[in-house]
Amino acid sequence: MTDTELRISVIAELGNIAPETDAGSIDPDADLREALDIDSLDFLNFIAALHKRLGVEVPESDYAKLLTLNGAVRYLATKTP
Amino acid sequence: MPSLGADMEAGTLVEWLKQPGDKLHHGDIIAVVETEKGAIEVEIFMDGIMGRQLIAPHTKVPVGTPLAIIEGVAGEQAKAAPKAAEAPPAPAVSKPIAPTAAPGAAIRATPAARKAAAARGLALDGLAGTGPEGAIQLADVERELSAAGAPAARKGLDLDKMRHAIAAAMTRSKRDIPHYYLATTIDMSRALAWLAATNAARAPEARLLPAVLTLKAVAAALRRYPKFNGFYNDPGGFVAREPIHIGTAIAIRGGGLVSPAIHDCDRLSLDELMAKLRDLAARARDGRLRSSELTDPTITVSSLGERGVESLYGVIYPPQVAIVGLGKIVPRPIAVEDKIEVRPVMAATLAADHRVSDGHLGSLFLNAVDARLQEPEKL
Repeated sequence: MTDTELRISVIAELGNIAPETDAGSIDPDADLREALDIDSLDFLNFIAALHKRLGVEVPESDYAKLLTLNGAVRYLATKTP
Repeated sequence: MPSLGADMEAGTLVEWLKQPGDKLHHGDIIAVVETEKGAIEVEIFMDGIMGRQLIAPHTKVPVGTPLAIIEGVAGEQAKAAPKAAEAPPAPAVSKPIAPTAAPGAAIRATPAARKAAAARGLALDGLAGTGPEGAIQLADVERELSAAGAPAARKGLDLDKMRHAIAAAMTRSKRDIPHYYLATTIDMSRALAWLAATNAARAPEARLLPAVLTLKAVAAALRRYPKFNGFYNDPGGFVAREPIHIGTAIAIRGGGLVSPAIHDCDRLSLDELMAKLRDLAARARDGRLRSSELTDPTITVSSLGERGVESLYGVIYPPQVAIVGLGKIVPRPIAVEDKIEVRPVMAATLAADHRVSDGHLGSLFLNAVDARLQEPEKL
């Protein structure tokens, strides 16, 4: 997948997790938990949604790599064909 | 007509959500009633078939009045006197709490109407309601949707009303309840190691959060120390509750807070607790909580650790008599036997009602929570 496709996927899933927010307009290097006011349950749901959508199973030890939009796209780019 | 608080004497049936002949299952929402606290969904706590409905919509009846006949599977009949009527010890202070229990209640509307409006992105303000005291009903929303065409922006929860309700409840709590506060530091290394090992073998959707361990530990400790699990009302005083229904504080994005119950916390497995927590958080943020979830909590657990807060001293949610606060899990140097080690620790606090317990018992309770978290495999 291209970075653009991954970015669209990540923003879409963040939008599902926090529908009251505009995930597409946040600073791509901002901490998602603060930018979107999401908690650990939301974040776990986000990780689960990426697993379902992209087939990427993110281990807990890698969570920190997905804490920003750019970070998530970079990480997923290494895990998807 | 269920009682949703000691101050409630009557309610108005707004609409039936089940019709005669419909199959009913334990937990189904069968009707919406309008009280001074707003519109509340009424659950049924038995299986059966909806029989004759004794009360017509828009009728105001006293608490305890049978609303309908529920025909049992074996042919027996029972009058629909929802469980809430027999449940909790009478929150004398439930009046100020109630608006929190009915998020979005600034605009009088039935839950069914809210749900339909939210699903179609229709704002409720400005709609003319035809229910009791102008309450917006499902039919009003459907009429508007059919006439309107393009949906408006989603309105969401009424956070101003929620803030007003929190203010009323907390003011009453601080005025009436003599709080005392205790804190302890819990070594979380065993709990987190067990959790990491458990989650490593699981797909993301099946993983557990530390919150389920702490909730279960609190529930298990409450079983041993029941003085923190119940309600205090004047003039009767404290009544311990046998079931342990933990009110779990859930923050609403943009402000606001609700603490719906996870029922029978001590009897749930960690996986069941996780599923309940996930479901409750989703529905709380969507304004789809049920009457029992709002009236049943026997204690509250609140955590602000994810926001970087290391200690949280809560305000008791009346008529409950205790609130447990959990802080951020942080690495700290602590003494382990004769060595100093850096371990993940969490501050756990207890705010409790001094009319019911004292610091000695509170410290034993917090120690019991700590002890449970040292044996996570047994939770």
